[in-house]
Amino acid sequence: MRRVDVGRLGLTLAAPVLAVLVAVGLTTLVLLAVGDPVSTTWGTILDAGADPRSVALTLSSATTYYLSAVAVAIGFRMGLFNIGVDGQYRLAAFVAALVAGSVSLPAPLHVGLAIVVAALVGAMWASIAGLLKVTRGVSEVISTIMLNAIATSLVAFLLREFRSPVLGANNIGTEPIPASGRVPGLPLVPGTPERVYGLVVLAVAVGIGYAVLVDRTRFGFDLRAAGGSQSAAVASGVDVRRMVVSAMLLSGGVAGLVGLPELLGASYTYSQTFPAGLGFTGIAIALLGRNHPVGIALGALLWAYLDVSANPLQILAGVSSEIVEIMKGITVLAVVVAYEVVRRHRLAREQRQVARELTAGARTPEQVPA
Amino acid sequence: MSEPSTVEPGAPVPTSEAAAPAVELAGITKRFPGVVANRDVDIRVRGGTVHAVVGENGAGKSTLMKILYGAQRPDEGTIRIAGRDVELRSPADAISHGVGMVFQHFMLADNLSVLENVVLGAEGRHGIGDGARRRVLELSQAYGLGVDPDPLVADLGVGDRQRVEILKVLYRGARILILDEPTAVLVPQEVAELFANLRALKDQGLTVIFISHKLDEVITVADEITVMRRGSTVATVLPAEVTARQLAELMVGSELPSPQTRESTVTDVMALRVEGVTLRATDGRTLLADIDFAIRRGEVLGIAGVEGNGQAELVETVMGMRTPAAGRVLLGEQDVTRWSTRRRREAGIGYIPEDRHRHGLLLEAPLWENRVLGHQTTPPNARGPWINRAGARADTRRIVERYDVRTPGIDVVASALSGGNQQKLIVGREMSGEPLVLIAAHPTRGVDVGAQAAIWEYLRQARADGLAVLLVSADLDELIGLSDTIRVILRGRVIAALDPSDVSPEQLGSAMTGAGAPA
Ligand SMILES: Nc1ncnc2c1ncn2[C@@H]1O[C@H](COP(=O)(O)OP(=O)(O)OP(=O)(O)O)[C@@H](O)[C@H]1O
Ligand SMILES: [Mg+2]
Repeated sequence: MRRVDVGRLGLTLAAPVLAVLVAVGLTTLVLLAVGDPVSTTWGTILDAGADPRSVALTLSSATTYYLSAVAVAIGFRMGLFNIGVDGQYRLAAFVAALVAGSVSLPAPLHVGLAIVVAALVGAMWASIAGLLKVTRGVSEVISTIMLNAIATSLVAFLLREFRSPVLGANNIGTEPIPASGRVPGLPLVPGTPERVYGLVVLAVAVGIGYAVLVDRTRFGFDLRAAGGSQSAAVASGVDVRRMVVSAMLLSGGVAGLVGLPELLGASYTYSQTFPAGLGFTGIAIALLGRNHPVGIALGALLWAYLDVSANPLQILAGVSSEIVEIMKGITVLAVVVAYEVVRRHRLAREQRQVARELTAGARTPEQVPA
Repeated sequence: MSEPSTVEPGAPVPTSEAAAPAVELAGITKRFPGVVANRDVDIRVRGGTVHAVVGENGAGKSTLMKILYGAQRPDEGTIRIAGRDVELRSPADAISHGVGMVFQHFMLADNLSVLENVVLGAEGRHGIGDGARRRVLELSQAYGLGVDPDPLVADLGVGDRQRVEILKVLYRGARILILDEPTAVLVPQEVAELFANLRALKDQGLTVIFISHKLDEVITVADEITVMRRGSTVATVLPAEVTARQLAELMVGSELPSPQTRESTVTDVMALRVEGVTLRATDGRTLLADIDFAIRRGEVLGIAGVEGNGQAELVETVMGMRTPAAGRVLLGEQDVTRWSTRRRREAGIGYIPEDRHRHGLLLEAPLWENRVLGHQTTPPNARGPWINRAGARADTRRIVERYDVRTPGIDVVASALSGGNQQKLIVGREMSGEPLVLIAAHPTRGVDVGAQAAIWEYLRQARADGLAVLLVSADLDELIGLSDTIRVILRGRVIAALDPSDVSPEQLGSAMTGAGAPA
């Protein structure tokens, strides 16, 4: 029995590994097809793994990606597509920047305030989609996409209204957050002065919270039940409308945190150059990690690593760093295929096992009494 | 009692015609993780006959049919149709060889007409216009199906829908029809009509293979009966030579159960009361009109009716899944009309839903999570806001043991269980934790005779301990045998109250159609 379990674990890991291998293979073909140097490209990408600075950068950006993917995954677990993480985090980061930049509090409270404000704003913005769905039957896909567009304009408009004179004429942004509201980076990687976002701790906590909530609590069970079969969930006593709103609130709450590592750890202001598009990255990573808390973490790290290692490609290998984007896309597709392949393989393997036990004359519950 | 004469599976069936059998399965083996669903199965079906397949839950009947229908591929063995070896990779392959499946979970689009449903996906055969209509009428006439191409499927009853399903398969050119438990959803008159249809098909040279747990029916309609047990065929018998009792013995080695409730256990403590309940559809149609009844502790109230006359709506209203336009539902002395489904369940209402796939199970979740479903907030499944995994798992093992759910373990997903075993799991779950009231819609639908006897016995015991049961069933023997009192429902109204001790299934059957309802 033990050995079977080890084999099963191996198979579970096989899917993502297989997917990455396929992605590497296909990307190589693309490189060959356009006549780019294959070995230099991979060499450059791999070298990043040995470079402490790149590792630290990878951890930092994985922090952000992880939060975004968890936000998406919460919705996925009950069959909701929160496409709106992007708008949710930008609006949340903006309001948090505004609030944190205009108060002065003791350090832990100041940071706490920013986190709470961001989570609340994200949750509120997402809940609009949830409420529209349960009261008016509007698909959350449509409404969150619209809310993204609205958030973009809203933030742009408010940014002009509340622009800080401190930043000068070239950059429009909010009042910088004072020192008490900043989260210092952590020297996690030896051998480089580059620090990792202090809020990596927040990402880990959110991951643990997500795992516990979904797998261990009644609420999580209801969430998964509603995702598995809405009609069965209703018959079991789940108030699906309430779950839709709760799931959107939670998803949006986590989405609200996405911008914070950058805001409180690096930029200290929400300006026009604040990173956008992280919400969409989250969708891809949630798919890659199959909504599993650890799977998502691995996916976020891979994604971040590819980003970081792509930077020197143009300079060192003369290859456009967009090749990495191609590879990311292939990985997501390959992962979907790989899971199916592995699933079939597992089934066949177990069937062979049953067959072996039978021919060996082992007792099975199905043996027909002669 | 004489042993029924059995024909060795695989041996030539004594018949004068030398024509190749319509279907010949040889050495079929199919394995699933932890289970051998079919083990070296041999079966031959003569053309132009009705061939029944019987066997206990999990014996491998549905799996064998899915293999013949191309929905699943065998690990070993050969399939021969009309004397030719064939490879069936998909249902499309099967239909091109003339094999069609009539689904039990009807797969019809409600908002399309009969004609549209039949033609959908087979536009290539006779177009979508007059040609198609002519062909539908032709088929309907030739096989005496009496299908009208024009009404919306939404307006049809179950019996009619089933005929549309059959027509759909015929339209695609099937010469061999597979029906998996087609009578489970039908009341006796409809069963009789279905059997008349099957005979008509047979007379036209078509071959019908059907699965059923109702052994009396099997003996009435089949020309040959194959018995399966634990993945293998154990015998092929002729109906003239066996009794239902002997068949049951061949299947499970136990006697035919009869649902006799012995002495009355009715108390005078009110358990569930429904007062003047009226329910309307969103388009204003009346689904339930002024329904009144009361069930006391230790009492079973049976609801008789042709499927689709408001039973499902009544059950869902009592469960709080639908909100009545008027009237009250009382649990004990409590008015629960405005309570949520969860609150009602927590207050002690158990619920065996009529459609186990839609309302009873999370098919992709393991068995122990399905044990939790519907009881997420109560011990042994929950502790405060947490799911109590250990408790739920232990209790799942208990149910599997006590209700004889055939499964390799409690971590397999629910969809891996055979239909009857899924049902046993649900019954076990809903009888757990000593409910005060049990809403049981077709509690033994799809389970074999042995399991049926066991479930009836559990219901009887619980009733003696004071359980109040609202029983909806299409099985009239079950209704008459278990109920203390029966209400007949027709088009959303209760049209008669009957005493099960002096009503025969035939009388009940005619009361259900509204004909000659006793005053
Ligand atoms: N997809 C599947 N995965 C794993 N096991 C399966 C699957 N389908 C069927 N089985 C197993 O194969 C066996 C036979 O199942 P099958 O559905 O053929 O039984 P059946 O004779 O139709 O029973 P019932 O009378 O309850 O419908 C069962 O033990 C079941 O658990
Ligand atoms: Mg079956």
